[in-house]
Amino acid sequence: MSSDTKDRKINETPGFDPARRSFLSAMAAAAGVALAPGVMLYGISKSSAVGAKALDAEASAAVRWGMLIDLGRCDSGCDDCVSACAKENGLRGFGRPETDAQWIRKVEISNPQTGSSKSLPVMCQHCEDPPCVDVCPTGASFKRADGIVLVNKHTCIGCRYCMMACPYKARSFVHEALEDQQPHSPRGKGTVESCTLCVHRIDDNRQPACVEACTGTGGGAMLFGDLNDADSEISKRVALYASQQIRADLGLNPGIRYRNL
Amino acid sequence: MKRIIYSELQGNNRQFYALAGLLALFMLVALGCAYYMEHNGHYVTGMNNQVVWGTPHVFAIFLIVAASGALNVASIGSVFGKAIYQPLGRLSGLLALALLIGGLVVLVLDLGRPDRLIVAMTHYNFKSIFAWNIFLYVGFIVIVAVYLWLQMERRMHRFAKTAGFVAFVWRLVLTTGTGCIFGFLIAREAYDAAIMAPLFVAMSFSFGLAVYILTLLAACRGSGREIGDVVMRKLSRLLGVFAAAVLYFTAVQHLANLYAAEHAGVERFILVDGGVYTLLFWGGQIVLGGLLPMWLVFRPAAAGSNRNAVLASVLVIIGGFAQVYVIVIGGQAYPLNLFPGMEVSSNFYDGVVAGYAPSLAEIGLGLGGVALAGLIVLFGLRLLRFLPVSLANSAIDPHHPSAAGRP
Repeated sequence: MSSDTKDRKINETPGFDPARRSFLSAMAAAAGVALAPGVMLYGISKSSAVGAKALDAEASAAVRWGMLIDLGRCDSGCDDCVSACAKENGLRGFGRPETDAQWIRKVEISNPQTGSSKSLPVMCQHCEDPPCVDVCPTGASFKRADGIVLVNKHTCIGCRYCMMACPYKARSFVHEALEDQQPHSPRGKGTVESCTLCVHRIDDNRQPACVEACTGTGGGAMLFGDLNDADSEISKRVALYASQQIRADLGLNPGIRYRNL
Repeated sequence: MKRIIYSELQGNNRQFYALAGLLALFMLVALGCAYYMEHNGHYVTGMNNQVVWGTPHVFAIFLIVAASGALNVASIGSVFGKAIYQPLGRLSGLLALALLIGGLVVLVLDLGRPDRLIVAMTHYNFKSIFAWNIFLYVGFIVIVAVYLWLQMERRMHRFAKTAGFVAFVWRLVLTTGTGCIFGFLIAREAYDAAIMAPLFVAMSFSFGLAVYILTLLAACRGSGREIGDVVMRKLSRLLGVFAAAVLYFTAVQHLANLYAAEHAGVERFILVDGGVYTLLFWGGQIVLGGLLPMWLVFRPAAAGSNRNAVLASVLVIIGGFAQVYVIVIGGQAYPLNLFPGMEVSSNFYDGVVAGYAPSLAEIGLGLGGVALAGLIVLFGLRLLRFLPVSLANSAIDPHHPSAAGRP
């Protein structure tokens, strides 16, 4: 059958609409053009992050990310970790300290009996049994298999029960509209957020921003690593020296440990 | 006992529409407040990262707790078989539904993302007492609606007692759930106690009955129906007993906390030097909401007086709001204790009492919930036969002389 005859035959098929066909072809082409860069970027992201966790790979339960913070090296006047966190995650204040978000803060503690004092950073402690995850009605508060506690921004309804439940005052509610967010750190008005342990960096085989800053310009007090890996530096140190957890009496087994607390 | 005749509200149309209009106006204002809060973000309210549940929660929790308590009148009639309460049962069910819906609407409109209500209805974390409460609330609405239908449909009367029993158990579980929202907060010293559950149950008995008494009197007065002193005496005395129960559980709550040295700080804050919270606790909850109403209703001279019943009910409601305010806001204002025994400071309000002042938007939203409950009751009474035509002694009291010799 010649192509002419074929076309004619199709065109004569009852219900055939050439305009509809060309419209559909155009739509398919447009979809291809729209998707292609994404597919390419996806390919690039998969190939470039050598050794990093692929975007679609699940977090490993064999890993328990944690931190050891040595208060002997943490200066009262230094808040490099706080500013690094703010820069990394696009946390900008509105000049309203009561409602501005804070993922990590420096806390000064002193013993009224002895007069001794310490300074330490406090952030989400990434508990093994996080109360925020227990109380969240929708399951938006969740713990990744590798121990990182996160908020699913798509299912958080902004009830703030996790903030009531967190023993560490680690969570903030986004009280107003945000602009110029960091693409790797999505935030949204009306939802709750907290330290993500820079999960985007961890998945890219990098250290959390606070740890990087502390090691660089700070006192080198913060050490990040896999608490489940006996050969990791953090595991060796927690095995060698006594370390403490904030409110260890609650039995939540936080992944953030402190030395000299 | 005579057969009880029920009828819809008739009366003066202008009066009805004026009241409905006023309530609708409050609701419109509340919607405006909710829009203002959601559009700008919660920074325009008194709430902040320290006090995350504010005045809307005070209204919502009061209404939800009162809702389950409002159903008690029906339970006493059908579950415990007290004949004199039976004519009061239908209004009790209607009021319970209305209060719960009013409270839930306030709760939802105060969410950070009320537009995600559908997420809350489709994603459940069954370890969360909050998620359980969503089931308890929805279940309560369904069960009470069925219970009301069984009460009102003569052919179904024989099932009403069973439904009443289910509703009674459900309402106890529901208030237990509401109390556990606080009781399960391990890190907050003001909560974290199993007694929050029975305390909330006692509060519901008291607040719910107070709202019921006011609603009943207003409905009867507005529609020109007689209400005898036998009913009022019973309801007022019961209110006194419930107010005493709240005082009892409050006493145990604080005594238990006082006994533990670690909680001395939070107890001192609420009971002695917490400023507005201490004032609301002693002045609002204990004196106005507890002792005074008890004195009003238990004085022999006051027996069955409508004026005393109204006054006692209003006081119980004022005291109830004070109590919920102290629990919800006072409990959050007291700082979390991250480092027991240490003095603490930071730029994120560690170690200091958190500030909170209710904003107009929050109060407007809360009042909208009350108005919605009122509107539901008003239209319910207008459309269906919830209210007996008379609650005079002769009409409802099985021991009234006029009842002698009746079949």
